[in-house]
Amino acid sequence: MSDVVEKTLTALPSLLSLDSQPGSAKLSSTSKLGNLIRGITELTSKHEEEKLIQRELASIKEQVSSPNTSMRQMKELMVRAIYCEMLGYEASFSYIHAIKLAQQGTALEKRVGYLAVSLFLNESHELLLLLVNTVLKDLQSTNLIEVCMALTVVSQMFPKDMIPAILPLVEEKLNHQKEIIRRKAVLALYKFYLIAPNQVQHIHNKFRKALCDKDPGVMTASLHIYLQMIQENPEGYKDLTASFVTILKQVVGGKLPMDFNYHSVPAPWLQIQLLRILSVLGKNDQSTSEIMYDVLDESLRRAEMNHNITYAILYECVKCIYTIHPKSDLLEKAAKCIGNFVLSPKINLKYLGLKALTYVVQQDPKLALQHQMTIIECLDHPDLIIKRETLELLFRITNAQNVTVIVEKMLDFLRVSTDDYTTIDLVGKVAELAEKYAPDNEWFIETMNTVFSVGGDMMQPDIPNSFLKLLSEGFDSVEEDRKLRLFAVDSYVSLLQGEPGKLPQRFLQVISWVLGEYSHLRAELQPSTVMRLLSKLLDTKNTSSETKTWVLMTMTKLCEGAAGVSVAQEVSEAYSSSLDTVLRQRAQELQHLSQDSELRARVVPRDAGLEPLEVDSSLSFLDGFVSEALAAGAAPYKPPHQRQEELAQAKALSLEPYGLSLPISISSCSIADRQSPTLLSMSSGLSGDSTDLSHKGGSTTLKLDGVKRVWGKEGYLAQREPVEETAQVEVPSPFRSPSQQAEADSSHSQTPTPVPTPEPTQEKQQLASSLFVGLSSQSSVCLMGKSESAPQRFRRKAKSPSSSSGASEQISNSLVSAPSTVDNLLCDNLLDTNITSELAVSSPTQTSQLSQSLTTANGTCDVELTDTKGSNHSLIRDISVAVAADPTPHEDPDKPKDLCLSSHLPAELSGFSHSEITPLCSNQSLDLSACHVQQKDSLVLVVFIYNSSDSDIQQILLELDSDDLEVSGVCGSPVQEVGSQSVAVCQFSLSVKRPSVHVEVSGMVSYQLPVGTPQSAQFSYNLPLTSFIRPLTLSTEEYGTMWLAFSHDTKQNLTLINEGQESLAATLNVLKKKLQLHIVEIIGLEGIVACRLLQDQPCLMHCRVHAGTLAVWLRSPVPDLPDCLMYYCQRALQEH
Amino acid sequence: MMRFLLLFSRQGKLRLQKWFTPMAEREKKKIIRDMTTMVLARQPRSCNFLHWKDLKVIYKRYASLYFCLAVDNQENELLALEVIHRYVELLDKYFGNVCELDIIFNFEKAYFILDEFLMGGEIQETSKQMVNRSIEASDMLQEDDNSDWYEVELFG
Repeated sequence: MSDVVEKTLTALPSLLSLDSQPGSAKLSSTSKLGNLIRGITELTSKHEEEKLIQRELASIKEQVSSPNTSMRQMKELMVRAIYCEMLGYEASFSYIHAIKLAQQGTALEKRVGYLAVSLFLNESHELLLLLVNTVLKDLQSTNLIEVCMALTVVSQMFPKDMIPAILPLVEEKLNHQKEIIRRKAVLALYKFYLIAPNQVQHIHNKFRKALCDKDPGVMTASLHIYLQMIQENPEGYKDLTASFVTILKQVVGGKLPMDFNYHSVPAPWLQIQLLRILSVLGKNDQSTSEIMYDVLDESLRRAEMNHNITYAILYECVKCIYTIHPKSDLLEKAAKCIGNFVLSPKINLKYLGLKALTYVVQQDPKLALQHQMTIIECLDHPDLIIKRETLELLFRITNAQNVTVIVEKMLDFLRVSTDDYTTIDLVGKVAELAEKYAPDNEWFIETMNTVFSVGGDMMQPDIPNSFLKLLSEGFDSVEEDRKLRLFAVDSYVSLLQGEPGKLPQRFLQVISWVLGEYSHLRAELQPSTVMRLLSKLLDTKNTSSETKTWVLMTMTKLCEGAAGVSVAQEVSEAYSSSLDTVLRQRAQELQHLSQDSELRARVVPRDAGLEPLEVDSSLSFLDGFVSEALAAGAAPYKPPHQRQEELAQAKALSLEPYGLSLPISISSCSIADRQSPTLLSMSSGLSGDSTDLSHKGGSTTLKLDGVKRVWGKEGYLAQREPVEETAQVEVPSPFRSPSQQAEADSSHSQTPTPVPTPEPTQEKQQLASSLFVGLSSQSSVCLMGKSESAPQRFRRKAKSPSSSSGASEQISNSLVSAPSTVDNLLCDNLLDTNITSELAVSSPTQTSQLSQSLTTANGTCDVELTDTKGSNHSLIRDISVAVAADPTPHEDPDKPKDLCLSSHLPAELSGFSHSEITPLCSNQSLDLSACHVQQKDSLVLVVFIYNSSDSDIQQILLELDSDDLEVSGVCGSPVQEVGSQSVAVCQFSLSVKRPSVHVEVSGMVSYQLPVGTPQSAQFSYNLPLTSFIRPLTLSTEEYGTMWLAFSHDTKQNLTLINEGQESLAATLNVLKKKLQLHIVEIIGLEGIVACRLLQDQPCLMHCRVHAGTLAVWLRSPVPDLPDCLMYYCQRALQEH
Repeated sequence: MMRFLLLFSRQGKLRLQKWFTPMAEREKKKIIRDMTTMVLARQPRSCNFLHWKDLKVIYKRYASLYFCLAVDNQENELLALEVIHRYVELLDKYFGNVCELDIIFNFEKAYFILDEFLMGGEIQETSKQMVNRSIEASDMLQEDDNSDWYEVELFG
């Protein structure tokens, strides 16, 4: 067919000039669009085109806004507007008319209207809201074509927040009598699933119905959703394996209607989809894999090599066979198949063959060996894409023996590649290989030099970071470390003597840091020489101010002797008036430190890189300054996200009327927006964002970057830590390559291009032997890139826990979350509320003392509960009861069931106070009850399942869900069966997603009696927000910094408890006792109190006695938390 | 999943654009520019596949028109080539010996055919007969909304 097109299309130029050609019969040559297009093709310059289009747009604009324009004319105008937009000219005036056309036109016009809308508007366009009603109407239309159009547009452009409005109608269409509607509905739901999986969660069983649809088209459509769901949770769908296999069998056997054939191949798209699903299901699962061996074999057999589409199926088949649990004869056939691909003269198939090889080479390295000559050919292929794919394959088979050749090939490619994305990716891979397999120092440093110069400023920042870390931490041998650093210094000095202006900024930063730290190793190198070289950098125009900062810091480390000091003075003078504040600060530092060598030795001690460094991330030393400024009338600092949020809230108001009918989550987008500004602010400077830095919880790890300018090594703690930790386990034995190998390597590293040998084939043979050197002799284990057991040169030195890794932890702790360190301190203070079970178990004597002291202190001891277990436990029980500070009352002794249930509380929880055990639901055979247990850092919901029948109950499945809470199962929770008259216990850990006064967990239990049908029951469990509140111990200073950082607040006047002079203290004590707050300080008529919502969402409270009432002001970074807490404060004081 | 489909001429003039995932206007313009330069610069006898960021781009030239389809990284390239080919076949069947001019002058028809063939970035209907039948049925739609009549045509 394509030949036919070729013929007609080559005649195109003549067609354009002559109207009366046969092919142009359908070209609406007389229409206005036709005239426009013709007009444009006749033009010669871009300028003329622009003039013509502007004229055209003006005339369209005039016509669309005229009231006399009929819908039919409007349709024609829209087509012209679309055309102008496609040429790159904006026609935004027509957008609203496109919507109108979709709304008011007849079916034919509507179709153009919808098309225009889907081309004009993107999903965030505000006009899209106007389309909702039209779509709703069309979805309900009796006209099938209108329904089809509506479903198409819905899947094309509806954003997340508009889905709820139309979801019920789309869902309804799953039962439509016409298969085309059902199919479109399934695809629309698939799209929804991709955008907002939680919104379609409730229709999972309907998907199953679509899978069983009698129309194969609907079934095919549903597979898209299944592939997605199975990828997310393969375990949940293993039972469907047999069904998928049966379907595939039928398809391969040609049982589908002819309509589904594509070039006489039965439903190739369906086949491929099924193969993908099967490979996910069979991965790492022998029994599931066994079900599919037969059908895979048949697929391989049936797909005859004659058409592209069968190759596509074969490729997918091969991938599937190599993914699932292996079976030798299938693997053999698949390998043969890959061979056919690789050896094919067709370039597309060769490409796919390379990809398949890359995929399987880790399991079957011999395959690469078989095709080595083809691989070599591909490496020299003129098509860069083929080359790139070959390098990917080589990357997977790199080992210590072939690393130099492969890295050389990669670097060659990098030098010609123009695509940034490829460069970033490849540079990362080279750096990884170099670090892993470097044969010697020279090669490593030179390779990294190339990486830095080629990778430039776009490479991943962790590459320079981990390189510097590697240099500074060193390896096992001190002598080797010295050599490596010395080589780096030499290499960098010679680079700086060359043309440093051409080097990327990142590289210059690396260079200056290394020179600052290690140039003293080279005794004959004068510090002043290095400083002069560096000062040349400062004068270069291209040098960024960040690099200049690095250079100034290096100078601070180097300025020794008269010559050095004079350079330092010169430089610091030049920059001490710089407009860049960071730069200015560094210049000032340089100036002062260069004059005071004693101080300098203390501030920047040589070789002190590995000393742990304490970072005061909250910048509390500035508090005095801040409070002075505030006292002087300065506006309190608002972190960027808060400013943004205020803006967003102002914006949100305009959407209010629409928000009534559709739940749009404006808050969620503002939260997403919030992330970036904080990150940005980090890179711009450290000084301003102190409050932001310290208390943001989770995302703080990212911000480690911000501290990198501190001269300690800790700044270079890259995320790679865990990987390197595993590497340390290996036996340390530095790799020594054979002498010839070393020679060959050094020749490679010194001369970038290998010496050409006269015989090209011989050259290839040589290359092959150097590329595949590790593959033939060694066992396959060595080839598995990641699990390389060959010796590794650059192994991180094993650290005692107290050194670097300990330091890193220290830093990250203090950085990541102030609250978490506070927790540890809290532990002792908390004894009046909680005791960790560990403590209780490990030292019973201590505990008993504690319990005594506590019981006497509190004056109550509930003896009812000290019944069941050994002495150790009963002690703990004592504590738990005596200590219970929960507002809910203790169990009444007249509730024997509760009592006996409480004995089933898991031992690890028995040390904590728990709420009253409340029944959830019960029927003839099962009784469900629950209580919650407050632990120091978590809240555990314990569900008791009591089987009151005389037979065992099986297949019990307990599921919990909540809008407000995060529910996660605690280990050992899934209960399978409960014996007759016995109790099983499930634990769930809860944390608050969205604070509200009462939070609710809803759940369902399903189970199976030995006889009879499966049963299920639903229940819900309420708990007050206070059970998630824990005291937060902090100092008044910390309180001050935090207070300013929080954006959500509420104020209210509460009643004071009237006890004369001490009324404030008394009131606060009541709150402390009832709500588990921590009183930070009471100063005169003011008091400050702090608490946290699990896990560590702080909430701060400021109270002031004013005119007989207590003015309470609550602040928190969490929305709604202040309001909820205010409610509880009020109640606590009223009840008192 | 497919991300976008572009049709452009040998001169780099855009003839049709379909975006299956939401994209900002600026991003679209950049992609169109990148695609035309990348694809038009390809040498003959190269493979039909390209990398663009984390996507795969599959292109094929039919006479003076380039079809350029971007898919997710784990998709099958050969299959994507067949998607393009089937679309060309559908156009050919509808227009009868399709040429670039058909697509220029009736680009909205080309969109309608595409919408029947692909939906939400996945294949919806692979049968030439079925796609054609639904397109023709909607084409014949009369203004007076005679729903019984075309239903026979479309779904009969």
